[in-house]
Amino acid sequence: MKNTTGLFALPARVLHWLMAAMILAMLFIGVGMVASVSERHAWLLRIHKPLGIAILVLAVVRLAVRLRYPPPPLPADLPMLQKLAAHASHWLLYALMIAMPLVGWAMLSAGGYPVMLSDSLRLPAIFPAGPIAFAVLRHLHSWLAMLLFLTFLAHMAAALYHGLIRRDGVLASMIARRRE
Amino acid sequence: MPESPTPKKRPRHLGAWVLIAAVPAACALAFGYVGGWLAPQRLTPKRLVDQFEANAGVHPGYRRNHAKGVCVAGYFQSSGQAAPYSMAQVFASGQRTPVVGRFAIPGSNPYAPDNSVPIRSMALRFTQANGQQWRTGMNSMPVFPVATPQAFYAQLQAQQPDPATGKPDPKKVATFFAAHPETAAFRAWAKTAKPSASFATESYWSLDAFVFTGSDGLRHAVRWRMVPQSADDDSAAPAADADYLAADLRQRLSHGPLRWKLEVTLANPGDPTDDATKAWPADRQTVDAGTLVVESEQAQDSGPCRDINYDPTVLPSGIQPSDDPLLPARSAAYADSYLRRTSEEAHLPGTAALPAKAQPEARP
Repeated sequence: MKNTTGLFALPARVLHWLMAAMILAMLFIGVGMVASVSERHAWLLRIHKPLGIAILVLAVVRLAVRLRYPPPPLPADLPMLQKLAAHASHWLLYALMIAMPLVGWAMLSAGGYPVMLSDSLRLPAIFPAGPIAFAVLRHLHSWLAMLLFLTFLAHMAAALYHGLIRRDGVLASMIARRRE
Repeated sequence: MPESPTPKKRPRHLGAWVLIAAVPAACALAFGYVGGWLAPQRLTPKRLVDQFEANAGVHPGYRRNHAKGVCVAGYFQSSGQAAPYSMAQVFASGQRTPVVGRFAIPGSNPYAPDNSVPIRSMALRFTQANGQQWRTGMNSMPVFPVATPQAFYAQLQAQQPDPATGKPDPKKVATFFAAHPETAAFRAWAKTAKPSASFATESYWSLDAFVFTGSDGLRHAVRWRMVPQSADDDSAAPAADADYLAADLRQRLSHGPLRWKLEVTLANPGDPTDDATKAWPADRQTVDAGTLVVESEQAQDSGPCRDINYDPTVLPSGIQPSDDPLLPARSAAYADSYLRRTSEEAHLPGTAALPAKAQPEARP
Protein backbone atom coordinates (compact mmCIF):
# COMPACT_ATOMS: atom_id res chain seq x y z
CA MET A 1 0.00 0.00 0.00
CA LYS A 2 1.42 3.36 -0.97
CA ASN A 3 0.86 6.56 0.96
CA THR A 4 -0.54 9.18 -1.44
CA THR A 5 -2.02 11.61 1.11
CA GLY A 6 1.31 13.23 2.00
CA LEU A 7 0.38 12.74 5.64
CA PHE A 8 1.11 10.18 8.31
CA ALA A 9 -2.01 8.12 9.06
CA LEU A 10 -4.10 9.42 11.95
CA PRO A 11 -3.17 6.56 14.35
CA ALA A 12 0.51 7.17 13.53
CA ARG A 13 0.15 10.89 14.26
CA VAL A 14 -1.72 10.32 17.53
CA LEU A 15 0.84 7.73 18.66
CA HIS A 16 3.74 9.96 17.63
CA TRP A 17 2.72 12.97 19.70
CA LEU A 18 1.44 10.95 22.65
CA MET A 19 4.64 8.92 22.82
CA ALA A 20 6.83 11.97 22.22
CA ALA A 21 5.42 13.47 25.42
CA MET A 22 5.71 10.18 27.32
CA ILE A 23 9.27 9.40 26.21
CA LEU A 24 10.56 12.90 26.83
CA ALA A 25 8.94 12.88 30.28
CA MET A 26 10.41 9.44 30.90
CA LEU A 27 13.95 10.56 30.05
CA PHE A 28 13.71 13.50 32.47
CA ILE A 29 12.10 11.31 35.15
CA GLY A 30 14.88 8.76 34.76
CA VAL A 31 17.84 11.10 35.10
CA GLY A 32 16.01 13.11 37.76
CA MET A 33 15.22 10.20 40.05
CA VAL A 34 18.74 8.76 40.10
CA ALA A 35 20.18 12.20 40.86
CA SER A 36 17.93 12.91 43.83
CA VAL A 37 17.85 11.84 47.47
CA SER A 38 14.66 13.78 48.20
CA GLU A 39 11.09 12.50 48.13
CA ARG A 40 11.24 13.28 44.41
CA HIS A 41 13.25 10.08 44.11
CA ALA A 42 10.35 8.04 45.49
CA TRP A 43 7.52 9.47 43.45
CA LEU A 44 9.51 9.65 40.20
CA LEU A 45 10.44 5.99 40.65
CA ARG A 46 6.76 5.15 41.17
CA ILE A 47 5.91 6.80 37.82
CA HIS A 48 8.95 5.46 35.96
CA LYS A 49 8.07 1.76 35.99
CA PRO A 50 4.40 1.81 34.88
CA LEU A 51 5.14 4.58 32.36
CA GLY A 52 7.95 2.48 30.90
CA ILE A 53 5.67 -0.52 30.45
CA ALA A 54 3.03 1.75 28.87
CA ILE A 55 5.65 2.99 26.39
CA LEU A 56 6.65 -0.60 25.61
CA VAL A 57 3.03 -1.56 24.82
CA LEU A 58 2.45 1.56 22.72
CA ALA A 59 5.75 1.05 20.87
CA VAL A 60 4.67 -2.41 19.79
CA VAL A 61 1.30 -1.03 18.64
CA ARG A 62 3.12 1.75 16.83
CA LEU A 63 5.42 -0.67 15.05
CA ALA A 64 2.34 -2.52 13.78
CA VAL A 65 0.78 0.78 12.67
CA ARG A 66 3.97 1.72 10.88
CA LEU A 67 4.02 -1.58 8.99
CA ARG A 68 0.29 -1.37 8.20
CA TYR A 69 0.27 2.31 7.10
CA PRO A 70 3.44 3.27 5.22
CA PRO A 71 4.61 6.81 5.96
CA PRO A 72 4.55 9.47 3.22
CA PRO A 73 7.72 9.36 1.12
CA LEU A 74 10.47 11.87 1.86
CA PRO A 75 10.75 14.75 -0.65
CA ALA A 76 12.35 13.55 -3.87
CA ASP A 77 14.90 16.37 -3.83
CA LEU A 78 16.18 15.55 -0.34
CA PRO A 79 19.93 14.78 -0.53
CA MET A 80 20.72 11.09 -0.26
CA LEU A 81 22.70 11.50 2.96
CA GLN A 82 19.79 13.25 4.67
CA LYS A 83 17.39 10.56 3.49
CA LEU A 84 19.70 7.92 4.92
CA ALA A 85 19.98 9.81 8.21
CA ALA A 86 16.20 10.16 8.39
CA HIS A 87 15.56 6.45 7.88
CA ALA A 88 18.38 5.33 10.18
CA SER A 89 17.31 7.65 13.00
CA HIS A 90 13.66 6.57 12.73
CA TRP A 91 14.53 2.90 13.05
CA LEU A 92 16.95 3.71 15.86
CA LEU A 93 14.11 5.48 17.69
CA TYR A 94 11.86 2.43 17.23
CA ALA A 95 14.60 0.12 18.45
CA LEU A 96 15.29 2.26 21.51
CA MET A 97 11.68 2.77 22.54
CA ILE A 98 11.24 -1.00 22.58
CA ALA A 99 14.68 -1.84 24.03
CA MET A 100 14.69 0.71 26.88
CA PRO A 101 11.70 -0.70 28.81
CA LEU A 102 12.88 -4.28 28.19
CA VAL A 103 16.38 -3.51 29.46
CA GLY A 104 14.89 -1.76 32.51
CA TRP A 105 12.64 -4.71 33.23
CA ALA A 106 15.48 -7.23 32.74
CA MET A 107 17.76 -5.09 34.92
CA LEU A 108 15.32 -5.13 37.86
CA SER A 109 14.88 -8.88 37.35
CA ALA A 110 18.66 -9.42 37.37
CA GLY A 111 18.94 -7.30 40.54
CA GLY A 112 16.48 -9.64 42.27
CA TYR A 113 13.94 -6.86 42.74
CA PRO A 114 10.23 -7.56 42.51
CA VAL A 115 9.07 -5.63 39.41
CA MET A 116 6.22 -3.68 40.98
CA LEU A 117 4.10 -1.46 38.70
CA SER A 118 1.94 -0.36 41.61
CA ASP A 119 1.50 -1.26 45.29
CA SER A 120 0.22 -4.68 44.31
CA LEU A 121 0.72 -5.27 40.55
CA ARG A 122 3.88 -7.28 39.98
CA LEU A 123 5.39 -8.36 36.66
CA PRO A 124 7.33 -11.63 36.45
CA ALA A 125 11.11 -11.62 36.18
CA ILE A 126 12.38 -11.82 32.59
CA PHE A 127 16.04 -12.41 33.44
CA PRO A 128 17.79 -14.66 35.98
CA ALA A 129 19.07 -12.83 39.07
CA GLY A 130 22.80 -12.17 39.11
CA PRO A 131 25.07 -9.27 40.03
CA ILE A 132 27.05 -9.25 36.78
CA ALA A 133 23.95 -9.19 34.58
CA PHE A 134 22.47 -6.49 36.83
CA ALA A 135 25.53 -4.24 36.55
CA VAL A 136 25.77 -4.64 32.76
CA LEU A 137 22.04 -4.05 32.21
CA ARG A 138 21.93 -1.11 34.61
CA HIS A 139 24.78 0.64 32.77
CA LEU A 140 23.22 -0.28 29.42
CA HIS A 141 19.96 1.34 30.57
CA SER A 142 21.83 4.62 31.22
CA TRP A 143 23.81 4.56 27.99
CA LEU A 144 20.79 3.75 25.86
CA ALA A 145 18.91 6.58 27.60
CA MET A 146 21.68 9.00 26.61
CA LEU A 147 21.59 7.67 23.04
CA LEU A 148 17.80 8.04 22.97
CA PHE A 149 18.01 11.60 24.27
CA LEU A 150 20.64 12.57 21.66
CA THR A 151 18.62 10.91 18.90
CA PHE A 152 15.56 12.81 20.10
CA LEU A 153 17.50 16.12 19.95
CA ALA A 154 18.68 15.38 16.41
CA HIS A 155 15.15 14.33 15.41
CA MET A 156 13.68 17.55 16.81
CA ALA A 157 16.35 19.71 15.14
CA ALA A 158 15.75 17.92 11.83
CA ALA A 159 11.99 18.42 12.13
CA LEU A 160 12.51 22.15 12.73
CA TYR A 161 14.91 22.29 9.78
CA HIS A 162 12.28 20.71 7.53
CA GLY A 163 9.57 22.98 8.84
CA LEU A 164 11.43 26.30 8.96
CA ILE A 165 14.19 26.12 6.35
CA ARG A 166 13.19 23.60 3.70
CA ARG A 167 9.43 23.99 4.20
CA ASP A 168 9.05 20.74 2.30
CA GLY A 169 6.00 19.34 4.07
CA VAL A 170 7.90 16.78 6.15
CA LEU A 171 7.02 18.45 9.45
CA ALA A 172 3.52 19.18 8.16
CA SER A 173 3.01 15.48 7.41
CA MET A 174 3.18 14.77 11.15
CA ILE A 175 1.13 17.75 12.34
CA ALA A 176 -1.46 17.27 9.60
CA ARG A 177 -1.30 20.63 7.92
CA ARG A 178 -1.69 19.82 4.26
CA ARG A 179 0.83 21.34 1.90
CA GLU A 180 -0.44 24.30 -0.11
CA MET B 1 5.90 52.78 -3.22
CA PRO B 2 9.47 52.32 -4.44
CA GLU B 3 11.32 49.33 -3.13
CA SER B 4 13.63 50.36 -0.31
CA PRO B 5 17.30 49.65 -0.88
CA THR B 6 18.82 46.87 1.25
CA PRO B 7 22.35 47.97 2.09
CA LYS B 8 22.75 45.40 4.93
CA LYS B 9 22.40 41.87 3.69
CA ARG B 10 20.95 39.58 6.37
CA PRO B 11 21.75 35.90 6.03
CA ARG B 12 18.63 34.02 4.96
CA HIS B 13 16.56 32.34 7.66
CA LEU B 14 18.81 33.59 10.47
CA GLY B 15 15.98 33.46 12.99
CA ALA B 16 15.04 29.95 11.91
CA TRP B 17 18.60 28.68 12.27
CA VAL B 18 18.87 30.24 15.73
CA LEU B 19 15.65 28.48 16.72
CA ILE B 20 16.85 25.15 15.34
CA ALA B 21 19.98 25.42 17.49
CA ALA B 22 18.39 26.99 20.56
CA VAL B 23 15.47 24.59 21.11
CA PRO B 24 17.61 21.43 21.37
CA ALA B 25 20.25 23.34 23.36
CA ALA B 26 17.65 24.50 25.89
CA CYS B 27 16.37 20.94 26.09
CA ALA B 28 19.87 19.61 26.71
CA LEU B 29 20.51 22.21 29.43
CA ALA B 30 17.26 21.30 31.20
CA PHE B 31 18.28 17.63 30.98
CA GLY B 32 21.68 18.42 32.45
CA TYR B 33 20.11 20.32 35.32
CA VAL B 34 17.52 17.66 36.15
CA GLY B 35 20.21 14.96 35.89
CA GLY B 36 22.38 16.80 38.42
CA TRP B 37 25.40 17.39 36.13
CA LEU B 38 24.62 21.12 36.01
CA ALA B 39 23.47 21.32 39.64
CA PRO B 40 26.69 20.99 41.68
CA GLN B 41 24.99 22.14 44.88
CA ARG B 42 22.37 19.39 44.93
CA LEU B 43 22.91 16.45 47.25
CA THR B 44 22.82 13.44 44.93
CA PRO B 45 23.16 9.73 45.78
CA LYS B 46 26.55 9.80 44.07
CA ARG B 47 27.84 12.62 46.29
CA LEU B 48 26.56 10.85 49.40
CA VAL B 49 28.25 7.57 48.50
CA ASP B 50 31.43 9.38 47.38
CA GLN B 51 31.61 10.81 50.90
CA PHE B 52 31.53 7.29 52.39
CA GLU B 53 34.44 6.42 50.11
CA ALA B 54 36.28 9.60 51.08
CA ASN B 55 35.92 8.64 54.76
CA ALA B 56 36.97 5.00 54.59
CA GLY B 57 38.47 4.35 51.16
CA VAL B 58 37.14 2.11 48.42
CA HIS B 59 36.69 -1.54 49.28
CA PRO B 60 35.74 -3.12 45.95
CA GLY B 61 32.82 -5.53 45.98
CA TYR B 62 31.63 -4.42 49.43
CA ARG B 63 28.66 -2.31 50.46
CA ARG B 64 29.66 1.32 50.91
CA ASN B 65 28.20 1.31 54.41
CA HIS B 66 27.65 -1.56 56.84
CA ALA B 67 30.42 -3.20 54.82
CA LYS B 68 31.29 -5.87 57.38
CA GLY B 69 28.60 -8.46 57.89
CA VAL B 70 27.39 -12.00 57.64
CA CYS B 71 24.49 -13.63 55.76
CA VAL B 72 21.74 -15.49 57.59
CA ALA B 73 18.66 -17.43 56.48
CA GLY B 74 15.46 -18.51 58.18
CA TYR B 75 11.82 -17.62 58.20
CA PHE B 76 9.18 -15.40 59.76
CA GLN B 77 6.26 -17.07 61.51
CA SER B 78 3.31 -14.68 61.65
CA SER B 79 1.13 -14.55 64.75
CA GLY B 80 -1.71 -12.97 62.79
CA GLN B 81 -1.93 -10.11 65.29
CA ALA B 82 -0.66 -7.50 62.78
CA ALA B 83 -3.05 -8.68 60.06
CA PRO B 84 -5.88 -6.28 61.05
CA TYR B 85 -3.50 -3.36 60.50
CA SER B 86 -1.68 -4.49 57.35
CA MET B 87 -2.94 -6.65 54.52
CA ALA B 88 0.63 -7.73 53.67
CA GLN B 89 0.65 -11.49 53.16
CA VAL B 90 3.61 -11.82 55.55
CA PHE B 91 1.28 -10.90 58.48
CA ALA B 92 -1.55 -13.30 57.61
CA SER B 93 -2.39 -15.65 60.46
CA GLY B 94 -0.23 -18.79 60.44
CA GLN B 95 1.79 -17.58 57.45
CA ARG B 96 5.42 -18.69 57.26
CA THR B 97 7.60 -16.50 55.02
CA PRO B 98 11.20 -17.33 54.02
CA VAL B 99 13.80 -14.73 54.99
CA VAL B 100 17.31 -14.00 53.74
CA GLY B 101 19.04 -11.61 56.10
CA ARG B 102 22.29 -10.00 57.04
CA PHE B 103 23.87 -8.91 60.31
CA ALA B 104 26.47 -6.15 60.05
CA ILE B 105 28.25 -3.31 61.77
CA PRO B 106 28.07 0.26 60.47
CA GLY B 107 31.01 1.79 58.65
CA SER B 108 32.58 1.37 55.24
CA ASN B 109 35.57 -0.74 56.26
CA PRO B 110 34.88 -4.46 55.80
CA TYR B 111 37.82 -5.31 58.10
CA ALA B 112 36.87 -3.03 61.01
CA PRO B 113 37.13 -4.74 64.42
CA ASP B 114 33.72 -5.68 65.81
CA ASN B 115 34.26 -3.62 68.95
CA SER B 116 35.00 -0.42 66.98
CA VAL B 117 31.34 0.63 67.07
CA PRO B 118 28.55 0.01 69.59
CA ILE B 119 25.93 -0.38 66.83
CA ARG B 120 24.86 -3.59 65.10
CA SER B 121 22.43 -3.90 62.24
CA MET B 122 19.97 -6.46 60.94
CA ALA B 123 18.72 -6.43 57.34
CA LEU B 124 15.97 -8.75 56.16
CA ARG B 125 14.31 -9.70 52.92
CA PHE B 126 10.96 -11.45 53.31
CA THR B 127 9.80 -13.15 50.10
CA GLN B 128 6.04 -13.54 50.24
CA ALA B 129 4.26 -16.45 48.57
CA ASN B 130 2.70 -13.98 46.10
CA GLY B 131 6.16 -12.87 44.94
CA GLN B 132 6.04 -9.47 46.63
CA GLN B 133 8.92 -8.62 48.94
CA TRP B 134 9.49 -6.74 52.14
CA ARG B 135 13.02 -5.48 52.65
CA THR B 136 14.11 -3.74 55.81
CA GLY B 137 17.37 -2.53 57.34
CA MET B 138 17.34 -1.99 61.11
CA ASN B 139 19.86 -0.72 63.65
CA SER B 140 20.41 -1.62 67.30
CA MET B 141 19.53 1.85 68.56
CA PRO B 142 16.16 3.45 69.21
CA VAL B 143 16.77 6.73 67.36
CA PHE B 144 18.82 7.90 64.39
CA PRO B 145 21.32 10.77 64.93
CA VAL B 146 19.83 13.03 62.25
CA ALA B 147 16.50 13.59 60.55
CA THR B 148 17.43 14.58 56.99
CA PRO B 149 19.81 13.39 54.26
CA GLN B 150 21.45 16.83 54.25
CA ALA B 151 22.29 16.57 57.95
CA PHE B 152 23.53 13.01 57.43
CA TYR B 153 25.82 14.21 54.65
CA ALA B 154 27.11 17.01 56.89
CA GLN B 155 27.80 14.45 59.62
CA LEU B 156 29.79 12.27 57.20
CA GLN B 157 31.77 15.31 56.09
CA ALA B 158 32.52 16.25 59.69
CA GLN B 159 33.72 12.70 60.37
CA GLN B 160 36.05 12.54 57.37
CA PRO B 161 39.50 11.58 58.68
CA ASP B 162 42.09 14.34 58.77
CA PRO B 163 44.90 13.28 56.39
CA ALA B 164 47.47 14.35 59.01
CA THR B 165 46.19 12.13 61.84
CA GLY B 166 44.10 9.55 60.00
CA LYS B 167 41.32 10.30 62.47
CA PRO B 168 38.31 12.64 62.34
CA ASP B 169 39.05 16.14 63.56
CA PRO B 170 37.35 16.33 67.01
CA LYS B 171 36.76 20.05 66.50
CA LYS B 172 34.81 19.46 63.29
CA VAL B 173 32.78 16.70 64.92
CA ALA B 174 32.01 18.95 67.89
CA THR B 175 31.00 21.77 65.57
CA PHE B 176 28.65 19.44 63.73
CA PHE B 177 26.95 18.22 66.92
CA ALA B 178 26.65 21.78 68.21
CA ALA B 179 24.93 22.79 65.00
CA HIS B 180 22.62 19.76 65.14
CA PRO B 181 20.80 19.61 68.49
CA GLU B 182 18.49 16.92 67.05
CA THR B 183 21.40 14.49 67.62
CA ALA B 184 20.99 14.80 71.43
CA ALA B 185 18.82 11.69 71.90
CA PHE B 186 21.23 9.58 69.87
CA ARG B 187 24.26 10.94 71.71
CA ALA B 188 22.64 10.20 75.05
CA TRP B 189 22.10 6.61 73.92
CA ALA B 190 25.64 6.33 72.51
CA LYS B 191 27.15 7.46 75.84
CA THR B 192 25.96 4.31 77.59
CA ALA B 193 26.08 1.93 74.63
CA LYS B 194 28.75 -0.76 74.63
CA PRO B 195 29.72 -2.93 71.66
CA SER B 196 27.74 -6.11 72.30
CA ALA B 197 29.40 -9.53 72.29
CA SER B 198 26.66 -10.97 70.08
CA PHE B 199 24.26 -10.13 67.28
CA ALA B 200 21.76 -12.46 68.92
CA THR B 201 21.13 -10.41 72.06
CA GLU B 202 20.42 -7.08 70.37
CA SER B 203 17.16 -5.30 69.60
CA TYR B 204 16.90 -3.85 66.11
CA TRP B 205 14.74 -0.79 65.41
CA SER B 206 13.22 0.26 62.08
CA LEU B 207 14.06 3.88 63.06
CA ASP B 208 12.05 5.26 60.12
CA ALA B 209 8.26 5.22 60.28
CA PHE B 210 6.15 3.34 57.76
CA VAL B 211 2.45 3.16 56.96
CA PHE B 212 0.46 -0.05 57.29
CA THR B 213 -2.74 -0.36 55.29
CA GLY B 214 -5.35 -2.90 56.36
CA SER B 215 -7.79 -4.68 54.10
CA ASP B 216 -10.35 -2.19 55.46
CA GLY B 217 -8.33 0.57 53.76
CA LEU B 218 -7.42 2.24 57.06
CA ARG B 219 -3.87 3.57 57.32
CA HIS B 220 -1.71 3.26 60.43
CA ALA B 221 1.65 4.94 61.00
CA VAL B 222 4.02 2.38 62.54
CA ARG B 223 7.55 1.68 63.60
CA TRP B 224 8.85 -1.74 64.48
CA ARG B 225 11.53 -3.47 66.44
CA MET B 226 13.00 -6.96 66.52
CA VAL B 227 13.21 -8.04 70.18
CA PRO B 228 15.76 -10.79 70.91
CA GLN B 229 14.63 -13.99 72.59
CA SER B 230 18.23 -14.96 73.36
CA ALA B 231 19.35 -14.13 76.87
CA ASP B 232 21.92 -11.39 77.21
CA ASP B 233 24.59 -13.03 79.34
CA ASP B 234 26.33 -9.66 79.76
CA SER B 235 29.59 -11.17 78.61
CA ALA B 236 32.11 -8.58 77.55
CA ALA B 237 33.25 -8.55 73.96
CA PRO B 238 36.49 -10.52 73.59
CA ALA B 239 39.03 -7.80 72.93
CA ALA B 240 41.57 -10.05 71.24
CA ASP B 241 39.36 -11.20 68.35
CA ALA B 242 38.36 -8.63 65.74
CA ASP B 243 35.69 -10.91 64.26
CA TYR B 244 34.00 -12.26 67.37
CA LEU B 245 30.47 -11.46 66.19
CA ALA B 246 30.53 -13.93 63.29
CA ALA B 247 32.19 -16.56 65.50
CA ASP B 248 29.56 -16.05 68.22
CA LEU B 249 26.75 -16.32 65.67
CA ARG B 250 28.15 -19.56 64.25
CA GLN B 251 28.59 -20.99 67.70
CA ARG B 252 25.04 -20.09 68.81
CA LEU B 253 23.47 -21.41 65.59
CA SER B 254 25.28 -24.73 66.03
CA HIS B 255 23.07 -25.19 69.13
CA GLY B 256 19.84 -24.27 67.33
CA PRO B 257 17.90 -21.41 65.73
CA LEU B 258 17.87 -17.86 67.11
CA ARG B 259 14.60 -15.97 67.58
CA TRP B 260 13.33 -12.41 67.65
CA LYS B 261 9.80 -11.14 68.26
CA LEU B 262 8.63 -8.55 65.75
CA GLU B 263 7.02 -5.81 67.79
CA VAL B 264 5.03 -3.29 65.76
CA THR B 265 4.31 0.07 67.44
CA LEU B 266 1.22 1.99 66.31
CA ALA B 267 1.53 5.77 66.36
CA ASN B 268 -0.93 8.04 68.11
CA PRO B 269 -2.22 10.96 66.07
CA GLY B 270 0.48 13.63 66.11
CA ASP B 271 3.43 11.30 66.67
CA PRO B 272 6.22 12.38 64.29
CA THR B 273 6.59 10.10 61.26
CA ASP B 274 9.08 12.33 59.45
CA ASP B 275 11.73 12.54 62.16
CA ALA B 276 13.81 9.47 63.02
CA THR B 277 15.62 11.37 65.80
CA LYS B 278 12.45 11.37 67.94
CA ALA B 279 11.33 8.21 69.70
CA TRP B 280 7.60 7.79 70.21
CA PRO B 281 6.34 7.74 73.80
CA ALA B 282 6.74 4.35 75.46
CA ASP B 283 3.01 3.89 76.13
CA ARG B 284 2.06 3.46 72.47
CA GLN B 285 0.12 0.36 71.53
CA THR B 286 2.38 -2.44 70.34
CA VAL B 287 1.45 -5.59 68.47
CA ASP B 288 3.41 -8.86 68.53
CA ALA B 289 3.41 -9.56 64.80
CA GLY B 290 5.25 -12.87 64.97
CA THR B 291 8.63 -14.51 65.33
CA LEU B 292 11.73 -14.25 63.19
CA VAL B 293 13.61 -17.54 63.25
CA VAL B 294 17.23 -17.47 62.07
CA GLU B 295 18.44 -20.96 61.26
CA SER B 296 21.75 -20.66 59.43
CA GLU B 297 24.59 -18.32 58.59
CA GLN B 298 26.81 -17.97 55.52
CA ALA B 299 29.88 -15.87 54.69
CA GLN B 300 28.86 -12.61 53.08
CA ASP B 301 31.23 -12.89 50.11
CA SER B 302 29.47 -16.02 48.85
CA GLY B 303 26.20 -16.19 50.79
CA PRO B 304 22.73 -15.41 49.44
CA CYS B 305 22.60 -11.94 51.04
CA ARG B 306 25.54 -10.71 49.00
CA ASP B 307 23.54 -9.68 45.96
CA ILE B 308 20.60 -8.22 47.85
CA ASN B 309 20.18 -4.47 48.13
CA TYR B 310 18.29 -4.06 51.43
CA ASP B 311 16.40 -1.01 50.16
CA PRO B 312 13.82 -0.25 52.86
CA THR B 313 11.36 1.08 50.28
CA VAL B 314 10.96 -2.33 48.61
CA LEU B 315 7.64 -3.13 50.25
CA PRO B 316 4.67 -5.44 49.74
CA SER B 317 1.09 -4.30 49.31
CA GLY B 318 -0.02 -3.34 52.85
CA ILE B 319 3.20 -1.52 53.85
CA GLN B 320 4.19 1.89 52.45
CA PRO B 321 6.96 4.37 53.18
CA SER B 322 6.03 7.27 55.48
CA ASP B 323 6.94 10.91 54.87
CA ASP B 324 10.31 10.31 56.58
CA PRO B 325 12.87 12.10 54.33
CA LEU B 326 15.54 9.52 55.18
CA LEU B 327 13.66 6.76 53.35
CA PRO B 328 14.00 8.01 49.74
CA ALA B 329 17.61 8.99 50.51
CA ARG B 330 18.38 5.49 51.76
CA SER B 331 16.73 3.99 48.69
CA ALA B 332 18.68 6.24 46.31
CA ALA B 333 22.04 5.84 48.07
CA TYR B 334 21.71 2.06 48.49
CA ALA B 335 20.98 1.78 44.75
CA ASP B 336 24.16 3.72 43.98
CA SER B 337 26.22 1.57 46.35
CA TYR B 338 24.65 -1.58 44.85
CA LEU B 339 25.58 -0.49 41.32
CA ARG B 340 29.17 0.25 42.39
CA ARG B 341 29.72 -3.10 44.04
CA THR B 342 27.97 -5.18 41.35
CA SER B 343 29.99 -3.29 38.69
CA GLU B 344 33.13 -4.30 40.59
CA GLU B 345 31.82 -7.86 40.79
CA ALA B 346 31.36 -7.75 36.99
CA HIS B 347 34.88 -6.32 36.46
CA LEU B 348 33.41 -3.51 34.35
CA PRO B 349 35.98 -1.05 32.95
CA GLY B 350 36.72 1.81 35.31
CA THR B 351 35.93 -0.15 38.47
CA ALA B 352 38.46 -1.13 41.11
CA ALA B 353 39.60 -4.76 41.14
CA LEU B 354 38.16 -7.07 43.78
CA PRO B 355 40.51 -8.26 46.52
CA ALA B 356 41.82 -11.69 45.52
CA LYS B 357 40.78 -13.25 48.82
CA ALA B 358 40.42 -11.55 52.15
CA GLN B 359 43.56 -12.52 54.04
CA PRO B 360 43.24 -12.29 57.81
CA GLU B 361 46.79 -10.93 58.13
CA ALA B 362 46.01 -8.21 55.59
CA ARG B 363 43.47 -6.71 57.95
CA PRO B 364 44.50 -3.37 59.31
